[in-house]
Amino acid sequence: MSKFPPARVRAQMPCRAGVGLKAEHLRTILETDPDVGFFEVHAENYMGAGGPPHRYLTAIRERYPLSVHGVGLSIGADRPLDQDHLRRLRQLVDRYRPALFSEHLAWSSHDAGFLNDLLPLPYTDETLARVIKHVDQAQEALGRQILLENPSAYLAFAESTYAEPEFIAQVARRTGCGLLLDLNNVHVSSINQAWDPIAYLDAYPLRQVQEIHLAGFAPDADEQERPLLIDAHDRPVSHAVWTLFAGVVERIGPVPTLIEWDTDLPDWPTLKAQADQADRVMASVLRWLVLEPSSRPAALP
Amino acid sequence: MLSRGHTDTPFAMRLAAFAEALLDPTIPPPEGLIGPDGRPSAKRFAVYRNNVVLGLVETLKAAFPVTRRLVGDDFFAGMARVHVARAPPASPVMLDYGAEFADFVGRFEPAATLPYLPDVVRLERAWTEAYHAAEALPLSPGMLTEIPQEDLLRARLLLHPSVRMVRSAFPVVEIWRMHDQVEALRGVDLGRGGEDALIARPKHDVELRSLPPGAADFVEALLARATIGEALARGLSADSRFDPAGGLIGLARANLIVGVGVGVRRDDATTSSEAA
Repeated sequence: MSKFPPARVRAQMPCRAGVGLKAEHLRTILETDPDVGFFEVHAENYMGAGGPPHRYLTAIRERYPLSVHGVGLSIGADRPLDQDHLRRLRQLVDRYRPALFSEHLAWSSHDAGFLNDLLPLPYTDETLARVIKHVDQAQEALGRQILLENPSAYLAFAESTYAEPEFIAQVARRTGCGLLLDLNNVHVSSINQAWDPIAYLDAYPLRQVQEIHLAGFAPDADEQERPLLIDAHDRPVSHAVWTLFAGVVERIGPVPTLIEWDTDLPDWPTLKAQADQADRVMASVLRWLVLEPSSRPAALP
Repeated sequence: MLSRGHTDTPFAMRLAAFAEALLDPTIPPPEGLIGPDGRPSAKRFAVYRNNVVLGLVETLKAAFPVTRRLVGDDFFAGMARVHVARAPPASPVMLDYGAEFADFVGRFEPAATLPYLPDVVRLERAWTEAYHAAEALPLSPGMLTEIPQEDLLRARLLLHPSVRMVRSAFPVVEIWRMHDQVEALRGVDLGRGGEDALIARPKHDVELRSLPPGAADFVEALLARATIGEALARGLSADSRFDPAGGLIGLARANLIVGVGVGVRRDDATTSSEAA
């Protein structure tokens, strides 16, 4: 077990839907105080010394719970974590005291520099030991529990000896980290790899989940005309992902759930409607579980 | 003593091959990266390649909107692609990416017909740096009048941390202001002489100014921690049209002075508190 307490318990994150904070929506948010559970930001966008981004984030932090999502730590790489980057992250979480801090099971830095994408790694004993070491180091450096997010995959490594949920379960068990379950990534990877997403979730340590991500994907095809889904975050959450979401909430109850929409941004009402839908799914599952067992929502698989 | 580094494990070799093929499309995807049938798939690897290269090109597009409009989307994307492949970001802090883009554009042969382009890139980069620079509280413009004349010339000024300058042999501020009016841009006289741009974010917004003659030398001297007297002399020797009083008062009125130190030539002796 980790010496760091579960982030959510410590920091009062509501089990509601939140959205990614975008500059385009700031004015509307600050002027209308919309009812959303929390906002999430990418850590690396707030690593300037000062300026408007910090001013806006401070204003948001005064009004809403905050989740900080790192995209640059390269936890899945073959080399030691970047100590300068760990220091920058520490500074950021000390300044904004977010309820949650998450990072990815992926790598992004190599000899050439920072490659700005969440790249996949093989799942072997060697990589497991490496990832465990890095998660331990990150939790030490930040002085808190971190959440680890499952990646979206377009291909697999032939040498992998662990299935992904098994690999993630090992990391969570041996580091005490929490998990960020990205259900769009589960769906995208399942289609791309011809996995069964339900079997994936059965093998996945759902009890460690402290946050869920939902997003839209872009459909494509590989050279043999097999479906190839791209984790594009450029459209509404798909029906398949809403269904997975309802199934997970049914098993573990409501969880802080983020709508990720990063490209081709919609107007605020469209984005807010996605968050409202996530709240409705969680509320209806809760009602069915607790109050009216006869009212099982149709959305459930 | 030699020890086994991380470079010779199967994992390390795997990522090295992956990273190399990402940035160089002439290298085939590494073996053993497979689709659901257990066979390799170039199209699947290409998703990562696109994410990396197009993602970084998008980052540069967003950071240099004026440059992009001056050369057009396609030319910009082609130019950015070459830069991305040669010089990917050094750190995960993407706000820093683009600091070397101006020098690259200056060496990029197909852009040689637009000799002012590197300076426009420098101006946009300075804008980004000013936007993200540290906060500092400007001193009130009247503060200068409270310093006795004999002390004033020996004083050193601390300018706002967002202050950046771009000195160009071209009318770079005019080009920047005209960038979205193609017709007006054609009317800019490139031979009319250079412009010195001062970029800063004293309060909420980034501000851009074209400096009068000699003022850039004056500000450069101040940034290099010269005394006000030395800096004024530098401005006058650079250009006889330099207006010493105007230069100094202009900085104060633009809210760009955040500290005044009198006497001691130690960097840490110049703090805003001494102005009180």
